[in-house]
Amino acid sequence: MAGAAGIELRGLVKTYRTGGGDVPAVRGIDVGIRPGETVALLGPNGAGKSTTIDMLLGLTRPDGGTVSVFGAEPEAAIAAGRVGAMLQTGSLIRDLTVRELVSMMAALFPDALDVGDVLGLTGIRDIADQRTEKLSGGQAQRVRFAVALVGNPELLVLDEPTVGMDVESRRAFWTTMRDLAAQGKTVLFATHYLEEADAYADRAVLMARGSIVADGPPTEIKAMVGSRRIRATLPGVPLELLSRLPGVVDAERHGEAVVLRCADSDGAIRALLGAYPDARDLEVSGAGLEQAFLELTGDEHPVEAAA
Amino acid sequence: MNRRAYMRYELLRTLRNRRYFLLTFAFPVLLYFVIAGPNKKEHNLGGSGLSAPLYYMVGLAAFGTMSAMLSAGGRIAAERSAGWNRQLRLTPLTPREYFRAKIVTAYAVAGVCLILLYVSGTILGVRLSAHEWFSMTGLILAGLVPFGAMAILFGHLLSSDSIGPAMGGAIAVLALLGGTWFPIGNHDALYHVARVLPSYWLVQASHVALGGRGWSGAGWAVVAGWSVAFGFLAARAYRRDTARM
Repeated sequence: MAGAAGIELRGLVKTYRTGGGDVPAVRGIDVGIRPGETVALLGPNGAGKSTTIDMLLGLTRPDGGTVSVFGAEPEAAIAAGRVGAMLQTGSLIRDLTVRELVSMMAALFPDALDVGDVLGLTGIRDIADQRTEKLSGGQAQRVRFAVALVGNPELLVLDEPTVGMDVESRRAFWTTMRDLAAQGKTVLFATHYLEEADAYADRAVLMARGSIVADGPPTEIKAMVGSRRIRATLPGVPLELLSRLPGVVDAERHGEAVVLRCADSDGAIRALLGAYPDARDLEVSGAGLEQAFLELTGDEHPVEAAA
Repeated sequence: MNRRAYMRYELLRTLRNRRYFLLTFAFPVLLYFVIAGPNKKEHNLGGSGLSAPLYYMVGLAAFGTMSAMLSAGGRIAAERSAGWNRQLRLTPLTPREYFRAKIVTAYAVAGVCLILLYVSGTILGVRLSAHEWFSMTGLILAGLVPFGAMAILFGHLLSSDSIGPAMGGAIAVLALLGGTWFPIGNHDALYHVARVLPSYWLVQASHVALGGRGWSGAGWAVVAGWSVAFGFLAARAYRRDTARM
């Protein structure tokens, strides 16, 4: 099994050169993952999650920085069969049944799991004899999970694993993942669902526009980005007073309107109406993850190019 | 690790593709009976010294096996466009093993095609000694090496959309100029073009029936030359295609 070395990403930089100029995808990130840790790579589309994963897996060459997987180059870890991955792109090859495809992949690994067990674990035993080209999107996704798992890897890398899955498959998927994490596997999964990171990861690494904007326990991240905002028409009240209201983190003014970013929006509304009964046009909105990320990076402009 | 099992599934996958089979097997066999059937009694086809059933048996075997080999390129291109090769790169499978599986599979399909044409040939009266069958088969299998390399080259150079027409065109031209459809004599204008093509030497494998070794030194040189050239280009295309961006 793994020694002390886990995953080390140091100063990773990647810029895509396109016809329209250079598009920075990853702008110098550092991430360390200990063996046995489950880490969520969280961020909106275009944050650089997939590029980071491709560099971690050795599919993309970084422009700068280093990648180390269990103390070696990614290629060495892969050649030793220590890595299993579920990529975001790509479909399954055809003309095989689900069971045959999973068996074919199992044949490539030195220490593969029993194919029947994996089919059961990933909930695809009932479609084991179906041809891969006849599967629904959610079924195909579960087969891809089985393919990533069957080699019995120490590191599982999953790029947006639940895309296309229905609610039930999603729940089953995460139950399996939790068991695997309990067995001591190192797991890195990318997602843009805050709830998934919160429920299943030991740690969440937040990416926005190619940089890491937060790295810590998911509850902390949730508190940071899960805040709600209250918008109200309230002329003439100084922002300093508003930002001192209970539950309010900060306040800003747009003409006659004020926007209060809140840690506790319920408390803030009560306090606001108590102190300023003439506040009107109240609106409460959850800051979307994307909006929250942009605020955290201090950039309110939408992301122009997704990489 | 069980590379044999991997190969078995690769083979199974290929054998399941019925349309592919129909085209690879049925087409040359059918054409064989259509072309050679009416000329069953022709004992010296176009001055080649070979009977029509023998000449066309090998001619269409060349056509069919050539197609079988090149279709490996189609499968490589399809796996690339499906993103499956990225998935395979995350396993301990090495590129060498990947290509070996593809080429062995292609040879297996070519082998079946060859057997079917041999059976068809004997039905139309082809009679050869065991030694002649054996050395002819050896020459055909050796003559297919450049096509295996060409398949890998096309598979990594072309998209799954463009590879079909490209292979169809290549097979048509190589079959025509190689003498699949009619014998090319030493004095024909085409001869100088034909004799430097790998397809010509596939068809020439039938010359074992005239005694001697079937291929001249020039034949071996042409086949080896194309093998090396396509092998080199294939390796380059593969490296460029999978270079980490």
